[in-house]
Amino acid sequence: MVTLTLDGLSASYGRRRILSEITTPPLEGGQVVAVLGPNAAGKSTLFRRIFGLLDGGGTVCLEGATSERPVAYMPQETGVNAVLTVYESVLLARMQGRRLNVKPEDLAEVDRALDELGIVALGERDIGDLSGGQRQMVGAAQALVQNPEVLLLDEPTSALDLHRQIQLLSILRRLAKERGMLVIAALHDLGHALRFTDQALVLQNGTLVNCGPTEEVVTPELLYRVYHVTARIERCSKGRPQLIVEEAV
Amino acid sequence: MHTGADILPSEQSAPEEGRTFYRTLVLRRQLILAALALALFLSLCVDLALGPARFSLGEVLAALFSPDDVSLQARVILWEIRMPVALMALVVGASLSVAGAQMQTILSNPLASPFTLGISAGASFGAALALAFGVVIVPAAVDYVIPINAFVMAMLTAFAIHALSMRRGVTIETIVLLGIAMVFIFNSLMALIQFFASQQAVSAVVFWTMGSLTKATWPKLWIALGVLATVMPLLARHGWALTAMRLGDAKAESLGVKPRALRLEVLVLVSLLAAIAVAFVGTIGFIGLVGPHIARLLLGEDQRFFLPGSALCGALILSIGSVLSKVLIPGTVIPIGIITSLVGIPFFLFLVLSNKKASW
Repeated sequence: MVTLTLDGLSASYGRRRILSEITTPPLEGGQVVAVLGPNAAGKSTLFRRIFGLLDGGGTVCLEGATSERPVAYMPQETGVNAVLTVYESVLLARMQGRRLNVKPEDLAEVDRALDELGIVALGERDIGDLSGGQRQMVGAAQALVQNPEVLLLDEPTSALDLHRQIQLLSILRRLAKERGMLVIAALHDLGHALRFTDQALVLQNGTLVNCGPTEEVVTPELLYRVYHVTARIERCSKGRPQLIVEEAV
Repeated sequence: MHTGADILPSEQSAPEEGRTFYRTLVLRRQLILAALALALFLSLCVDLALGPARFSLGEVLAALFSPDDVSLQARVILWEIRMPVALMALVVGASLSVAGAQMQTILSNPLASPFTLGISAGASFGAALALAFGVVIVPAAVDYVIPINAFVMAMLTAFAIHALSMRRGVTIETIVLLGIAMVFIFNSLMALIQFFASQQAVSAVVFWTMGSLTKATWPKLWIALGVLATVMPLLARHGWALTAMRLGDAKAESLGVKPRALRLEVLVLVSLLAAIAVAFVGTIGFIGLVGPHIARLLLGEDQRFFLPGSALCGALILSIGSVLSKVLIPGTVIPIGIITSLVGIPFFLFLVLSNKKASW
């Protein structure tokens, strides 16, 4: 199974340092890892640095990967109106770096990705006609169709309604377990993080302020220090931790 | 109760439906490409048949497929005089349209074309230097002085844009603005040349900027065709990456494309295509803008269909333009650049306005 370790990772845009000295314990496949932190904490930059789109100090160490392109990355959605159907845009994500001819197994993978995410019916639609939430689901399909061993998702639920948020996170959790995939997702909803993720990395001003099992990391003290809110965490009748936010300070 | 159905269709179809839909889509596009190729062949035949000496389509087909069966006169007129011109229309149309298609793709701008980036204007300036003052940039045979001047200036323009766009912090919007700045600079320089040049030279410059296929010869045709045949496979090699560019740089990067490097490579390739085309026939403005838009309406933006589709659409438009330039006023060949704009633009507006789906 794949293992990702970040060691002293840093990144800058020009002279402005965005990330400094991010070091994590080995993050193993089969888990969902939340990347948490307020706006401008460096979450997107961390993804770009891990994926290799930004240079900087430190190393990204990936062990145990078996495929040629083990990492897939879904950036935050930006609206575009290319004249392509959803099916074509997902196929496109799979075919990058490959020959021009499409094999039956490529089409089967596209069908599988759309089916996993429950968006088969969107296949024939033009991507320009989609809503923000639909685009985000298509973005997830574009990442999944690459059969990654490490899946980096930058705020994958930001445009989704509640139903789709729960659905997507449940699917990701299941796929991580089934395929031994390491899913790393930036999330703003700490309730979702508590429920769907195994580990959490918390960023603030470009530095890693805490990392470890999500339930141990997301505490009232951390919420106060990083998000500037008072909150408490209580267990519901099913024993799940629930976050109750009181006020912003 | 809110089920999410209004946002995302929740009813699930069998997964194979996607494959079936896609295969039908591909088949439809292949048929459209075949239909365009057929239309192109017909247009070529009509173009060959028309002229001071008229031939029937049967005679043209006979001359094409069994030249020994037709009279010497027909063979000479069709093969030596009309064929280079008619084929030049196809090659130049295809070159300009492909150049426009890829400029629109890499610059994410529906108005990008060899015109917008100043490449045509640069070529006109180069040609005008030779026509008005006899300035020869690279010594060559008389027949090639003007095309070479035009080509060199077009490529210099492209490299200027290339060099400027390599600078830090230059966005794709800046590249388009640089192109427009080039257009204005060259337009002013052209005005300056016309101000100082003789009356006769001014007419020559004006005629050149109208675009004309009549100077086509077999050697020029082979050069233009050679460039097109070299550049097309190089562009096709980047088919998936170029299609991904239309999803935006951020998305393309996330799929492993290197947008900056790809943009620069494609810019050089298509500048070469446009420069060669413009150098031999003068400025024909409309094809590079409209050919790709028609291809996009018919075939979508998957480059495996969009690239050959743009080439075929551009070739077809210019070939039809060549036919019209001979028949609109009998006995006169109107410069092709005027025809394509006059006839093509209303047709283009009709297509864009009657299309229910957004084409960009």
